Amino acid sequence: MTAARATSARRGSRPPFEQVVEEHGPTVMRVCRAILDPADAEDAWIDTFVSAMRAYPELQPDSNVRGWLVTIAHNRAVDVLRAARRRPVPTERVPDQHLTTPQVTDSDGRDELRAALDALAPKQRTAVVYRHLGDLPYPEIARAMGTSEAAARRNVSDGIARLRTRLRKDRP
Amino acid sequence: MTERLDDVDPAVLLDGAAAPVPSSLHERFVARADDEGLLDVAYTTIDTRIGPLLLAASPRGLLRVAFALEGFDAVVAELADSVSPRVLRAPGRLDTAARQVDGYLDGTVATFDLPLDLRLARGFRRDVLEHLRTIPYGRTESYTVAARGAGRPAAVRAAASACSHNPIPLVIPCHRVVRSDGSVGDYRGGTALKRDLLEMESAA
Repeated sequence: MTAARATSARRGSRPPFEQVVEEHGPTVMRVCRAILDPADAEDAWIDTFVSAMRAYPELQPDSNVRGWLVTIAHNRAVDVLRAARRRPVPTERVPDQHLTTPQVTDSDGRDELRAALDALAPKQRTAVVYRHLGDLPYPEIARAMGTSEAAARRNVSDGIARLRTRLRKDRP
Repeated sequence: MTERLDDVDPAVLLDGAAAPVPSSLHERFVARADDEGLLDVAYTTIDTRIGPLLLAASPRGLLRVAFALEGFDAVVAELADSVSPRVLRAPGRLDTAARQVDGYLDGTVATFDLPLDLRLARGFRRDVLEHLRTIPYGRTESYTVAARGAGRPAAVRAAASACSHNPIPLVIPCHRVVRSDGSVGDYRGGTALKRDLLEMESAA
Protein backbone atom coordinates (compact mmCIF):
# COMPACT_ATOMS: atom_id res chain seq x y z
CA MET A 1 0.00 0.00 0.00
CA THR A 2 2.83 2.39 0.79
CA ALA A 3 4.05 2.54 -2.79
CA ALA A 4 0.54 3.02 -4.15
CA ARG A 5 -0.15 5.79 -1.62
CA ALA A 6 3.07 7.55 -2.50
CA THR A 7 2.16 7.38 -6.19
CA SER A 8 -1.29 8.83 -5.51
CA ALA A 9 0.17 11.66 -3.50
CA ARG A 10 2.77 12.47 -6.12
CA ARG A 11 0.29 12.67 -8.95
CA GLY A 12 -2.14 14.69 -6.85
CA SER A 13 -4.86 12.13 -7.49
CA ARG A 14 -7.33 10.82 -4.94
CA PRO A 15 -6.84 7.53 -3.15
CA PRO A 16 -9.63 4.95 -3.53
CA PHE A 17 -12.52 5.89 -1.24
CA GLU A 18 -12.21 2.53 0.50
CA GLN A 19 -8.87 3.74 1.84
CA VAL A 20 -10.53 6.89 3.20
CA VAL A 21 -13.16 4.82 5.02
CA GLU A 22 -10.52 2.49 6.40
CA GLU A 23 -8.28 5.32 7.63
CA HIS A 24 -10.88 7.68 9.02
CA GLY A 25 -13.82 5.41 9.88
CA PRO A 26 -12.87 5.16 13.57
CA THR A 27 -12.40 8.94 13.90
CA VAL A 28 -15.78 9.62 12.33
CA MET A 29 -17.30 7.05 14.70
CA ARG A 30 -15.78 8.81 17.70
CA VAL A 31 -17.38 12.07 16.64
CA CYS A 32 -20.78 10.42 16.10
CA ARG A 33 -20.60 8.47 19.37
CA ALA A 34 -19.65 11.56 21.32
CA ILE A 35 -22.89 13.24 20.31
CA LEU A 36 -25.40 10.45 19.64
CA ASP A 37 -26.50 7.17 21.18
CA PRO A 38 -24.99 4.05 19.57
CA ALA A 39 -27.82 3.34 17.08
CA ASP A 40 -28.11 6.94 15.89
CA ALA A 41 -24.33 7.19 15.77
CA GLU A 42 -24.16 4.29 13.31
CA ASP A 43 -26.76 5.93 11.05
CA ALA A 44 -24.88 9.23 11.22
CA TRP A 45 -21.63 7.42 10.40
CA ILE A 46 -23.21 5.96 7.26
CA ASP A 47 -24.75 9.32 6.28
CA THR A 48 -21.37 10.99 6.72
CA PHE A 49 -19.55 8.61 4.40
CA VAL A 50 -22.38 8.59 1.84
CA SER A 51 -22.33 12.37 1.51
CA ALA A 52 -18.53 12.45 1.57
CA MET A 53 -18.41 9.81 -1.19
CA ARG A 54 -20.80 11.89 -3.27
CA ALA A 55 -18.56 14.95 -3.04
CA TYR A 56 -15.26 13.05 -3.11
CA PRO A 57 -14.38 13.39 -6.82
CA GLU A 58 -14.56 17.20 -6.49
CA LEU A 59 -12.50 17.38 -3.30
CA GLN A 60 -9.22 19.24 -3.77
CA PRO A 61 -6.46 16.60 -3.79
CA ASP A 62 -4.43 18.42 -1.09
CA SER A 63 -7.38 18.76 1.33
CA ASN A 64 -7.26 17.67 4.94
CA VAL A 65 -9.57 14.68 4.49
CA ARG A 66 -9.82 13.96 8.19
CA GLY A 67 -10.87 17.52 8.99
CA TRP A 68 -13.35 17.49 6.14
CA LEU A 69 -14.96 14.26 7.39
CA VAL A 70 -15.05 15.42 11.01
CA THR A 71 -16.94 18.58 10.07
CA ILE A 72 -19.42 16.58 7.96
CA ALA A 73 -19.89 14.05 10.79
CA HIS A 74 -20.35 16.73 13.42
CA ASN A 75 -22.92 18.63 11.35
CA ARG A 76 -24.77 15.42 10.62
CA ALA A 77 -24.79 14.34 14.27
CA VAL A 78 -26.05 17.74 15.40
CA ASP A 79 -28.83 17.59 12.78
CA VAL A 80 -29.90 14.16 14.03
CA LEU A 81 -29.93 15.46 17.58
CA ARG A 82 -32.07 18.45 16.62
CA ALA A 83 -34.49 16.26 14.67
CA ALA A 84 -34.76 13.90 17.63
CA ARG A 85 -35.65 16.80 19.91
CA ARG A 86 -38.45 17.85 17.61
CA ARG A 87 -39.77 14.30 17.38
CA PRO A 88 -42.72 13.43 19.66
CA VAL A 89 -41.49 11.65 22.74
CA PRO A 90 -42.20 7.90 22.56
CA THR A 91 -44.67 6.74 25.21
CA GLU A 92 -42.26 4.45 26.98
CA ARG A 93 -39.98 7.36 27.68
CA VAL A 94 -40.35 9.66 30.64
CA PRO A 95 -41.64 12.90 29.05
CA ASP A 96 -38.98 15.21 30.42
CA GLN A 97 -36.14 12.75 29.96
CA HIS A 98 -33.11 14.38 28.50
CA LEU A 99 -32.50 12.91 25.05
CA THR A 100 -28.88 12.12 25.52
CA THR A 101 -29.15 10.52 28.92
CA PRO A 102 -28.30 6.85 28.66
CA GLN A 103 -30.89 4.31 27.59
CA VAL A 104 -28.33 1.58 27.33
CA THR A 105 -25.40 2.18 29.61
CA ASP A 106 -21.98 1.92 28.05
CA SER A 107 -19.38 0.38 30.27
CA ASP A 108 -16.79 2.94 29.21
CA GLY A 109 -18.49 6.04 30.53
CA ARG A 110 -19.39 7.25 27.07
CA ASP A 111 -22.95 8.07 28.06
CA GLU A 112 -21.81 10.38 30.83
CA LEU A 113 -19.37 11.99 28.46
CA ARG A 114 -22.08 12.42 25.84
CA ALA A 115 -24.42 14.04 28.33
CA ALA A 116 -21.64 16.34 29.49
CA LEU A 117 -20.77 17.32 25.90
CA ASP A 118 -24.43 17.91 25.20
CA ALA A 119 -24.62 20.32 28.10
CA LEU A 120 -21.93 22.56 26.60
CA ALA A 121 -22.70 25.70 24.65
CA PRO A 122 -22.93 24.67 20.98
CA LYS A 123 -19.80 26.66 20.05
CA GLN A 124 -17.82 25.05 22.80
CA ARG A 125 -19.02 21.58 21.92
CA THR A 126 -18.22 22.04 18.24
CA ALA A 127 -14.75 23.36 19.06
CA VAL A 128 -14.05 20.53 21.53
CA VAL A 129 -15.22 17.89 19.03
CA TYR A 130 -13.10 19.38 16.23
CA ARG A 131 -10.05 19.68 18.43
CA HIS A 132 -10.13 16.53 20.54
CA LEU A 133 -12.06 14.07 18.39
CA GLY A 134 -11.15 15.38 14.97
CA ASP A 135 -7.66 16.48 15.93
CA LEU A 136 -8.07 19.59 13.79
CA PRO A 137 -5.46 22.32 14.24
CA TYR A 138 -6.76 25.64 15.64
CA PRO A 139 -6.54 27.57 12.35
CA GLU A 140 -8.80 24.99 10.74
CA ILE A 141 -11.25 25.02 13.63
CA ALA A 142 -11.37 28.79 13.29
CA ARG A 143 -12.02 28.52 9.55
CA ALA A 144 -14.68 25.80 9.93
CA MET A 145 -16.50 27.79 12.62
CA GLY A 146 -15.98 31.22 11.09
CA THR A 147 -14.25 32.59 14.18
CA SER A 148 -10.78 33.88 15.02
CA GLU A 149 -8.10 31.45 16.05
CA ALA A 150 -8.09 33.00 19.52
CA ALA A 151 -11.82 32.41 19.84
CA ALA A 152 -11.35 28.80 18.72
CA ARG A 153 -8.73 28.27 21.43
CA ARG A 154 -10.96 29.88 24.04
CA ASN A 155 -13.96 27.76 23.04
CA VAL A 156 -11.90 24.60 23.35
CA SER A 157 -10.35 25.45 26.71
CA ASP A 158 -13.62 26.76 28.18
CA GLY A 159 -15.41 23.67 26.87
CA ILE A 160 -12.88 21.32 28.41
CA ALA A 161 -13.05 23.19 31.72
CA ARG A 162 -16.83 22.91 31.77
CA LEU A 163 -16.68 19.23 30.83
CA ARG A 164 -14.33 18.60 33.72
CA THR A 165 -16.59 20.38 36.20
CA ARG A 166 -19.65 18.65 34.89
CA LEU A 167 -18.12 15.15 34.99
CA ARG A 168 -17.01 15.73 38.61
CA LYS A 169 -20.43 16.95 39.62
CA ASP A 170 -22.10 13.90 38.05
CA ARG A 171 -20.17 11.54 40.25
CA PRO A 172 -22.73 9.36 42.03
CA MET B 1 -11.96 -1.86 34.03
CA THR B 2 -13.28 1.68 33.55
CA GLU B 3 -11.36 4.59 34.98
CA ARG B 4 -13.48 6.93 37.04
CA LEU B 5 -14.44 9.81 34.82
CA ASP B 6 -13.59 12.38 37.46
CA ASP B 7 -10.07 11.03 37.75
CA VAL B 8 -9.47 11.55 34.07
CA ASP B 9 -8.84 14.70 32.13
CA PRO B 10 -11.83 14.99 29.72
CA ALA B 11 -9.42 15.81 26.91
CA VAL B 12 -7.67 12.50 27.48
CA LEU B 13 -10.97 10.70 27.72
CA LEU B 14 -12.08 12.17 24.40
CA ASP B 15 -8.81 11.37 22.70
CA GLY B 16 -8.75 7.85 24.02
CA ALA B 17 -12.32 6.91 23.20
CA ALA B 18 -11.90 3.92 20.91
CA ALA B 19 -14.61 3.65 18.28
CA PRO B 20 -14.15 0.54 16.16
CA VAL B 21 -16.21 0.22 13.01
CA PRO B 22 -17.94 -3.17 12.83
CA SER B 23 -17.86 -4.89 9.42
CA SER B 24 -21.68 -5.02 9.40
CA LEU B 25 -21.66 -1.21 9.42
CA HIS B 26 -19.31 -1.13 6.44
CA GLU B 27 -21.71 -3.47 4.63
CA ARG B 28 -24.68 -1.21 5.35
CA PHE B 29 -22.68 1.75 4.08
CA VAL B 30 -21.72 -0.09 0.87
CA ALA B 31 -25.38 -1.02 0.27
CA ARG B 32 -26.44 2.64 0.71
CA ALA B 33 -23.67 3.91 -1.57
CA ASP B 34 -24.73 1.38 -4.21
CA ASP B 35 -28.44 2.28 -3.86
CA GLU B 36 -27.61 5.94 -4.32
CA GLY B 37 -25.61 5.25 -7.46
CA LEU B 38 -22.26 6.23 -5.94
CA LEU B 39 -20.46 2.91 -6.24
CA ASP B 40 -18.52 3.52 -9.46
CA VAL B 41 -16.09 0.67 -8.82
CA ALA B 42 -16.70 -2.35 -6.58
CA TYR B 43 -13.90 -4.79 -5.88
CA THR B 44 -13.17 -7.92 -3.94
CA THR B 45 -10.42 -10.48 -3.59
CA ILE B 46 -11.03 -14.21 -3.86
CA ASP B 47 -8.92 -17.27 -3.13
CA THR B 48 -8.62 -19.70 -6.00
CA ARG B 49 -6.51 -22.72 -6.82
CA ILE B 50 -4.03 -20.40 -8.61
CA GLY B 51 -3.84 -18.03 -5.63
CA PRO B 52 -5.67 -14.83 -4.73
CA LEU B 53 -7.31 -12.79 -7.49
CA LEU B 54 -8.77 -9.32 -7.43
CA LEU B 55 -12.04 -8.71 -9.28
CA ALA B 56 -13.45 -5.23 -9.95
CA ALA B 57 -16.68 -4.15 -11.62
CA SER B 58 -18.50 -0.97 -12.59
CA PRO B 59 -22.31 -0.93 -12.69
CA ARG B 60 -21.94 -1.92 -16.37
CA GLY B 61 -19.87 -5.04 -15.80
CA LEU B 62 -16.56 -6.63 -14.96
CA LEU B 63 -13.69 -4.14 -15.40
CA ARG B 64 -10.63 -5.89 -14.14
CA VAL B 65 -9.20 -9.22 -13.05
CA ALA B 66 -5.79 -8.93 -11.40
CA PHE B 67 -3.19 -11.43 -10.25
CA ALA B 68 -1.42 -11.13 -6.90
CA LEU B 69 1.91 -10.40 -8.57
CA GLU B 70 0.48 -7.15 -9.96
CA GLY B 71 0.02 -5.87 -6.37
CA PHE B 72 -3.65 -5.45 -5.42
CA ASP B 73 -3.18 -2.06 -3.74
CA ALA B 74 -1.55 -0.69 -6.87
CA VAL B 75 -4.36 -2.11 -9.02
CA VAL B 76 -7.05 -0.52 -6.82
CA ALA B 77 -5.19 2.82 -6.89
CA GLU B 78 -5.01 2.59 -10.69
CA LEU B 79 -8.76 1.99 -10.87
CA ALA B 80 -9.31 5.07 -8.71
CA ASP B 81 -7.17 7.08 -11.13
CA SER B 82 -8.45 5.74 -14.40
CA VAL B 83 -12.14 5.06 -13.67
CA SER B 84 -13.30 6.90 -10.53
CA PRO B 85 -12.06 7.45 -6.97
CA ARG B 86 -15.46 6.20 -5.74
CA VAL B 87 -14.07 2.73 -5.16
CA LEU B 88 -15.23 0.41 -2.38
CA ARG B 89 -14.59 -3.15 -1.32
CA ALA B 90 -18.02 -4.53 -2.18
CA PRO B 91 -18.03 -8.28 -2.80
CA GLY B 92 -21.77 -8.46 -3.58
CA ARG B 93 -21.46 -7.00 -7.06
CA LEU B 94 -18.82 -9.61 -7.89
CA ASP B 95 -20.62 -12.74 -6.68
CA THR B 96 -21.45 -14.07 -10.15
CA ALA B 97 -18.03 -13.24 -11.58
CA ALA B 98 -16.32 -14.88 -8.61
CA ARG B 99 -18.36 -18.04 -9.01
CA GLN B 100 -17.61 -18.30 -12.73
CA VAL B 101 -13.89 -17.56 -12.38
CA ASP B 102 -13.62 -20.14 -9.63
CA GLY B 103 -15.56 -22.65 -11.72
CA TYR B 104 -13.36 -21.98 -14.75
CA LEU B 105 -10.19 -22.61 -12.74
CA ASP B 106 -11.66 -25.79 -11.27
CA GLY B 107 -12.58 -27.02 -14.75
CA THR B 108 -16.37 -26.90 -14.30
CA VAL B 109 -17.01 -23.73 -16.35
CA ALA B 110 -15.86 -23.49 -19.98
CA THR B 111 -17.49 -20.24 -21.06
CA PHE B 112 -18.15 -17.08 -19.13
CA ASP B 113 -21.53 -15.45 -19.16
CA LEU B 114 -20.88 -12.03 -17.64
CA PRO B 115 -21.43 -8.41 -18.61
CA LEU B 116 -18.01 -6.85 -19.25
CA ASP B 117 -16.94 -3.21 -19.10
CA LEU B 118 -14.04 -2.83 -21.55
CA ARG B 119 -13.36 0.85 -20.90
CA LEU B 120 -9.80 0.17 -19.69
CA ALA B 121 -8.81 -0.81 -23.24
CA ARG B 122 -9.08 1.70 -26.07
CA GLY B 123 -8.81 1.67 -29.84
CA PHE B 124 -7.07 -1.29 -31.40
CA ARG B 125 -6.45 -2.90 -28.01
CA ARG B 126 -10.15 -3.08 -27.54
CA ASP B 127 -10.64 -4.60 -31.01
CA VAL B 128 -8.12 -7.27 -30.05
CA LEU B 129 -10.04 -8.03 -26.83
CA GLU B 130 -13.29 -8.33 -28.78
CA HIS B 131 -11.58 -10.80 -31.09
CA LEU B 132 -10.08 -12.80 -28.19
CA ARG B 133 -13.55 -13.38 -26.82
CA THR B 134 -14.31 -15.46 -29.93
CA ILE B 135 -11.47 -17.97 -29.37
CA PRO B 136 -13.14 -21.10 -27.98
CA TYR B 137 -12.09 -23.02 -24.87
CA GLY B 138 -9.21 -25.42 -25.55
CA ARG B 139 -8.12 -23.70 -28.78
CA THR B 140 -5.09 -21.47 -29.36
CA GLU B 141 -3.99 -19.11 -32.09
CA SER B 142 -0.84 -17.15 -32.94
CA TYR B 143 -0.36 -13.40 -32.45
CA THR B 144 -0.33 -13.12 -36.26
CA VAL B 145 -3.75 -14.71 -36.51
CA ALA B 146 -5.00 -12.58 -33.62
CA ALA B 147 -3.83 -9.38 -35.37
CA ARG B 148 -5.69 -10.44 -38.50
CA GLY B 149 -8.77 -11.36 -36.47
CA ALA B 150 -8.76 -7.88 -34.89
CA GLY B 151 -8.68 -6.29 -38.36
CA ARG B 152 -5.04 -5.19 -38.66
CA PRO B 153 -2.94 -8.07 -40.04
CA ALA B 154 0.31 -6.05 -39.95
CA ALA B 155 -0.10 -5.00 -36.30
CA VAL B 156 1.26 -8.19 -34.76
CA ARG B 157 3.30 -6.43 -32.07
CA ALA B 158 0.38 -4.21 -31.15
CA ALA B 159 -1.83 -7.29 -30.92
CA ALA B 160 0.70 -8.97 -28.62
CA SER B 161 0.81 -5.82 -26.49
CA ALA B 162 -2.99 -5.75 -26.30
CA CYS B 163 -2.93 -9.35 -25.05
CA SER B 164 -0.33 -8.66 -22.38
CA HIS B 165 -2.31 -5.59 -21.19
CA ASN B 166 -5.64 -7.38 -21.15
CA PRO B 167 -7.50 -5.85 -18.16
CA ILE B 168 -9.76 -8.91 -17.79
CA PRO B 169 -7.48 -11.96 -18.11
CA LEU B 170 -8.98 -15.46 -17.66
CA VAL B 171 -12.43 -14.13 -18.64
CA ILE B 172 -11.09 -12.66 -21.90
CA PRO B 173 -8.84 -15.56 -22.89
CA CYS B 174 -5.60 -13.82 -23.93
CA HIS B 175 -3.83 -16.93 -22.66
CA ARG B 176 -5.09 -18.71 -25.79
CA VAL B 177 -2.81 -16.59 -27.98
CA VAL B 178 0.70 -18.07 -28.25
CA ARG B 179 3.87 -17.47 -30.25
CA SER B 180 4.17 -18.98 -33.73
CA ASP B 181 7.23 -20.94 -32.55
CA GLY B 182 5.05 -22.73 -30.03
CA SER B 183 6.39 -20.99 -26.88
CA VAL B 184 3.65 -19.53 -24.71
CA GLY B 185 4.62 -15.83 -24.68
CA ASP B 186 4.06 -13.14 -22.05
CA TYR B 187 1.24 -13.25 -19.53
CA ARG B 188 0.13 -10.85 -16.81
CA GLY B 189 -0.12 -13.76 -14.39
CA GLY B 190 3.30 -15.17 -15.39
CA THR B 191 4.21 -17.67 -18.12
CA ALA B 192 3.94 -20.64 -15.73
CA LEU B 193 0.28 -19.84 -15.14
CA LYS B 194 -0.35 -19.39 -18.87
CA ARG B 195 1.11 -22.85 -19.48
CA ASP B 196 -1.02 -24.26 -16.64
CA LEU B 197 -4.21 -22.82 -18.15
CA LEU B 198 -3.41 -24.13 -21.63
CA GLU B 199 -2.71 -27.60 -20.22
CA MET B 200 -5.91 -27.52 -18.20
CA GLU B 201 -7.95 -26.58 -21.27
CA SER B 202 -6.31 -29.12 -23.57
CA ALA B 203 -6.85 -31.91 -21.03
CA ALA B 204 -10.58 -31.19 -20.81
